[in-house]
Amino acid sequence: MMERRQGTMDRREVVASMIKGRGDALIVTGLGSTCYDFGTEDHPNTFYLWGGMGAAAMLGLGLALAQPARRVVVVTGDGEMLMGFGAFATIGAKAPKNLSLVVIDNEHYSETGMQPTHTRRGIDLEGVAKACNFPSAETVYTEAELAKSVSEIFGGTELLFRDIKVNTKRYPMSLRLRDGAHIKNRFRENLLGSKAFD
Amino acid sequence: MTTEAPARTWPRDIYDVFKQVGIEQIAYVPDAGHAQLIRDCEADNAMNVVSLTTEEEGVAMLAGGWLGGKRGALLMQSSGVGNCINMLSVVMESRFPLLMIVTMRGEWGEFNPWQLPMGQSTGKVLEDIGVYVQRAERPDEVRDVVHAAAQMTFSSNRPIAVLLGQRLIGFKDWSK
Ligand SMILES: Cc1ncc(C[n+]2csc(CCOP(=O)(O)OP(=O)(O)O)c2C)c(N)n1
Ligand SMILES: [Mg+2]
Repeated sequence: MMERRQGTMDRREVVASMIKGRGDALIVTGLGSTCYDFGTEDHPNTFYLWGGMGAAAMLGLGLALAQPARRVVVVTGDGEMLMGFGAFATIGAKAPKNLSLVVIDNEHYSETGMQPTHTRRGIDLEGVAKACNFPSAETVYTEAELAKSVSEIFGGTELLFRDIKVNTKRYPMSLRLRDGAHIKNRFRENLLGSKAFD
Repeated sequence: MTTEAPARTWPRDIYDVFKQVGIEQIAYVPDAGHAQLIRDCEADNAMNVVSLTTEEEGVAMLAGGWLGGKRGALLMQSSGVGNCINMLSVVMESRFPLLMIVTMRGEWGEFNPWQLPMGQSTGKVLEDIGVYVQRAERPDEVRDVVHAAAQMTFSSNRPIAVLLGQRLIGFKDWSK
């Protein structure tokens, strides 16, 4: 078997470059590390999932279909994405042009004690996305690839998948805000104005 | 026992209610009892209809739709309720509205015993996690029950499941 490449990038640096490039995109995070990564710079256009493991990609699909003029970017962990695996097929079949699905892939469940996930065992999410008709799917290992991908993630005009390989460094929770109703209401009010409470 | 159900009008009643209350996203895993409603929704260009691999995907999807300002409905059979339970914690914690339309199996003249465990606990597990449960048993009450449930979920931001009794779907004679 071919020697597999290891992720060497730092997740917080990856997410910092995404935050810099986010523009007016609507962002959905998965539970755990990606939630805390985006919590380093809180924003009302971010919907943080603190639970519902496997929800992120499909929540992003519903949002993308509801807001076709806005770029919707889902950023989640490899474990979270594997739990919502069917979403690759459901999203690929629907193929919304304004959705980017991004996995911050440390190849482990870091939150629960750093057990390896299936991506560690050679399961290739880029290949899965391609098989599920994502017109653009790539695995990202380097800063140069990341810079190119960030502009495509936020500026793209088609359904896109990126598997961003990172190292296994853990960071503390960054975000105090965890009341789900508040996170939802704040997001909706910012997006919809007074219509949010119709 | 009548085995031949008359032509059904209640699926069209549900579709009419969806239009009346402004539902624009439909997520479903097929059930025979929902076949006509799914066809009507698919034929409507103003509706975004999404076929799911598993019912819990629809719980998450419609939460996202509501975040973006759209109303939706989730169609499934009773066995699909079992696939949704943990995902409903997203709806409970964030107080999303959710309209679930559930065709019942395993409760009335069921010929397939594998449907009984989930069919007999559908209402209980929904109530256990905090979803409000309402039922329609007769064809002529389906429209009102769905309409009332839709109004309540979207004005309270709380999940409601409408269980459509198996008797509505009809009796499958399994005697030979
Ligand atoms: C249904 C469910 N099963 C298990 C858990 C426990 N859990 C919380 S976070 C997590 C790991 C997430 O892994 P990943 O998405 O790769 O995120 P990472 O922490 O590695 O960035 C798990 C298994 C959970 N919250 N919900
Ligand atoms: Mg991980």
